[in-house]
Amino acid sequence: MSNEYSHAILKANALTCIRDTNVLFENLSFTVESGQVLVVEGRNGSGKTSLLRILSGIRQQDEGTVAWDGESIDKLGAAYRQDMAYLGHQNGIKHELTAAENLQMARIYGKITNDSLDSALETTGLIEQADIMAANLSAGQKRRLALARLLLTDCCLWILDEPLTTLDKAGIQLFESLLKQHVASGGVAVLSSHHELNFDGSNIIRMSLS
Amino acid sequence: MSSLSLTKAFVTLLRRDLLLVMRRRSEAVNPVLFFIIVTSLFPFGTSSDTALLQQIAPGIVWVAALLAAMLSLDAIFRSDFEDGSLEQLMLSPHPASVLVLAKVMAHWLVTGVPLLIAAPFMALLYGLPSEALPTLLISLLIGTPVLSLVGSVGVALTVALRQGGVILSLLVLPLYVPVLIFGSGAVELAVQGFSPAANLYMLSAILALAVVFTPWPASAALRLSLS
Repeated sequence: MSNEYSHAILKANALTCIRDTNVLFENLSFTVESGQVLVVEGRNGSGKTSLLRILSGIRQQDEGTVAWDGESIDKLGAAYRQDMAYLGHQNGIKHELTAAENLQMARIYGKITNDSLDSALETTGLIEQADIMAANLSAGQKRRLALARLLLTDCCLWILDEPLTTLDKAGIQLFESLLKQHVASGGVAVLSSHHELNFDGSNIIRMSLS
Repeated sequence: MSSLSLTKAFVTLLRRDLLLVMRRRSEAVNPVLFFIIVTSLFPFGTSSDTALLQQIAPGIVWVAALLAAMLSLDAIFRSDFEDGSLEQLMLSPHPASVLVLAKVMAHWLVTGVPLLIAAPFMALLYGLPSEALPTLLISLLIGTPVLSLVGSVGVALTVALRQGGVILSLLVLPLYVPVLIFGSGAVELAVQGFSPAANLYMLSAILALAVVFTPWPASAALRLSLS
């Protein structure tokens, strides 16, 4: 978290996503750069998750391109995945491992910051739960654990699908402050959310899928 | 990504999968239990004639090993798929094929190695001559990793399907047949007192091919299953 990211731009150009025979969105273009947060809004089924999965590279778009620093993400491959952290509906947490063990496994998912594991747990308020099996954590605590992993893997671009689900009020505040720090150090974030984010209006871009 | 961090990721993933198995043991003993039950039931169902038992032993032990492996295949990717870990794995900067190889190796250590330990006892049950025992073990040692490797491609293709079990067996069983032929063939030759070398070499060749050529399609199939 402590280091500064170099300037980066995520650019989507004329994206189209078709699910079965349904066109979810068409000709969608936008740009997000360092210091900005893109909030994707829209009703259920409007394609928010599909868009985020396309941006992360899990899903293939039907048309258009996604570029990171001017280079197509398909071409960048591993280099893009090294810069990007994705958090989907599922937390990617193993129930049979303790909270701390789950974080240790984060090194499989990419390079790890110098921040120690304990400080990531401390920041997310899970330090007392470090040795508890993840299965015994509450839904909100599991979400916090996923956020702790986000802090540990040192990625400039965060792609977060409904990061606030199951978080309590304090959790939402925590997330907002983490997001602020991330953006302040030059990070980029794309997220979908039903909740109103309490965030300075200057560097937040809202985009509605309809 | 340096090769050092890739090695670290490989080892971490392997350790993670083994740790997970340790923590849900009941799932882990299923395949070997199945193997023991099937092989020990056959003598009851056929006859106690030693000559006959010796004759059918290689085939039965190998078929049971093959079915035991298939029974446990789904576990390679299922839980990771369901809790979102698979997404994270595929989004890691490390080559997906190497991570797949780590998971397959964990699967073999958990399902294949116990079969190797149980097989000599089952061989005793069939009165297999002790000269054939090393061949049985070597053929299983070379053959069972192939079962895990080839199976991983099938699971990767079917993990997103709710009723993938039937399709998985249809996909994977035909590919298991060569392993079955050369594996049980080797043991048969050894029972008859001939050299099983040719069959074991063929098995080794199949293993070499599988190590090189299955992780890549498996990781491609996983990407397909996720999208």
